[in-house]
Amino acid sequence: MSQLDELYREVILDHYRNPRRRGTLSGNHLHAEGNNPSCGDEFALDLVVENGVITDAAMQGQGCSISQASGSMMMDAIVGRSVDEVEDLMRKFKVMMTIEDGDDPLDPDRPGSVLGDLEALQGVRKFPVRIKCADLAWATLEDALAQAGR
Amino acid sequence: MSELGHLRADFPILRREINGAPLVYLDSAATTQKPQPVLDAMDEYYANHNANVHRGAHTLAAEATERYEDARSRIASFVDTASAQIAFTRGATAAINVIAYGWGLNHLREGDRIVVSVSEHHANLVPWQMISRYTGAELIYLELDDEFIIDTSNLEAVIDDRVRIVAFGGMSNVTGALGPVDALVDAAHSVGAITVLDGAQLVPHAPVSADDLGVDYMVFSAHKMLGPTGIGALWGKPERLEELEPLEGGGEMINIVERYHSTWAPVPHKFEAGTPPIAEAIGFGAAVDYLGRVGMEAVAAHEREITAYALERLSEVPDLTIYGPKDVTKRGGAVSFSLGDIHPHDLATIVDQDGVAIRAGHHCARPLMQYLQVPATARASFYLYNLREEVDVLVGALMKARKVFGLG
Ligand SMILES: Cc1ncc(COP(=O)(O)O)c(C=O)c1O
Repeated sequence: MSQLDELYREVILDHYRNPRRRGTLSGNHLHAEGNNPSCGDEFALDLVVENGVITDAAMQGQGCSISQASGSMMMDAIVGRSVDEVEDLMRKFKVMMTIEDGDDPLDPDRPGSVLGDLEALQGVRKFPVRIKCADLAWATLEDALAQAGR
Repeated sequence: MSELGHLRADFPILRREINGAPLVYLDSAATTQKPQPVLDAMDEYYANHNANVHRGAHTLAAEATERYEDARSRIASFVDTASAQIAFTRGATAAINVIAYGWGLNHLREGDRIVVSVSEHHANLVPWQMISRYTGAELIYLELDDEFIIDTSNLEAVIDDRVRIVAFGGMSNVTGALGPVDALVDAAHSVGAITVLDGAQLVPHAPVSADDLGVDYMVFSAHKMLGPTGIGALWGKPERLEELEPLEGGGEMINIVERYHSTWAPVPHKFEAGTPPIAEAIGFGAAVDYLGRVGMEAVAAHEREITAYALERLSEVPDLTIYGPKDVTKRGGAVSFSLGDIHPHDLATIVDQDGVAIRAGHHCARPLMQYLQVPATARASFYLYNLREEVDVLVGALMKARKVFGLG
């Protein structure tokens, strides 16, 4: 696969064009916003945390395919999970985006490998200037969870 | 086809390969590449003449000063004005700030108005927002017409006798549209307002005679016209430079310093506090020499041709939208576009794989993006060293982007 095909996997384009859980939540929820001032990508997140579990979430935002697909995949990955699990997911995502070629943090035999679709974002590593696009949603999630008092 | 292709040999960086393909540099609106004579002039200064300027009686100090002042006079001739009307600044942004603070803080108060256009670069917006906040003067916008040019059809409605300053660009770094200089100067002067021309994108691309434009102040920047970063110029009518207070105090800009007050050096030195970027000034001088040898008429003709070709080729790409005038006599060589639902950042990444450098984003013009109702655009911008073949490479790379995104 060419580097470009690796970057723009089918699943990424699908999430870009059909973002999951796009919208807003009514009722009591957490809200966080993030943007990359240098490129203008924007991402915002509504989140409901009940008894340590993320029970509902919605995303807003606009930007490149990587930033929006990363956010959409993140939505799929966090709803129904406990905050502890999501924090573990955030750590694994960070590791995936920073490791050198060759290492494989996504070894399927690794206990608790939870990235799923998100693995498709590995191709971004070959495009260092785009890593911040993939990170945007996750930084915003971190802000939202910080408000949950963790 | 005007033939400036032979000039490419003067630009070492144009021999580079990017991702295995020859560099196709289409981002000159952000910053231009530098020809060997500019690099050599700066090296030669450091190697043989380096000293601080305007101080000291030794030989090197005199040589450095002579070269620094000689650069000023070349830049002055380049825009057809007197040396004393050119002050060196850190760039176009810094020069606008000198005007905004130095004139605005001393002349504006509540009830006054500052007029800008919605297509301004942040450099010609944010300083005015700040001055508006400090003085209580109100910031008012000029909108665009259907060719993306600042709308002058109803100027009397906007530019009335509350207006003290009209600040606008000579050429948009996004749409390429030329600013309607005459109409805005007439409207401003008829109500006694002063005009500030952001020439960052105009002076590099067209013959400019500062004194003939009719504006009160003009700014431009070396790095957008083959020169180094870190230096630009503030031009003003003599009486405007006199009444402009310096923004920075320090060495070099003073006449006499007492314990509690000082007097300023004459124009233009009162605007040049501290040790200036000497090598950069010399590089700036070499850049205008280079442009002068090519001839600004030839530069402008070359850009018109390549822009016309680019507009034609880009319009062949399905789903591509261009934001800017179609008529090459009303525009320069910055061409903004979008392609289907492909975000401009994705476009820039994809064409970079073919060695093509274009810019994606809001281009420091967020109010314009909102006006155009797009989050961002992709932009290809051309200069004297670009070739038609490079437009073809861009178009090929855009077709590839369509494939990657499944647009066929
Ligand atoms: C229209 C316009 N004005 C101002 C600037 C700022 O110039 P400088 O980089 O010299 O501060 C730019 C370039 O970024 C520009 O395109």
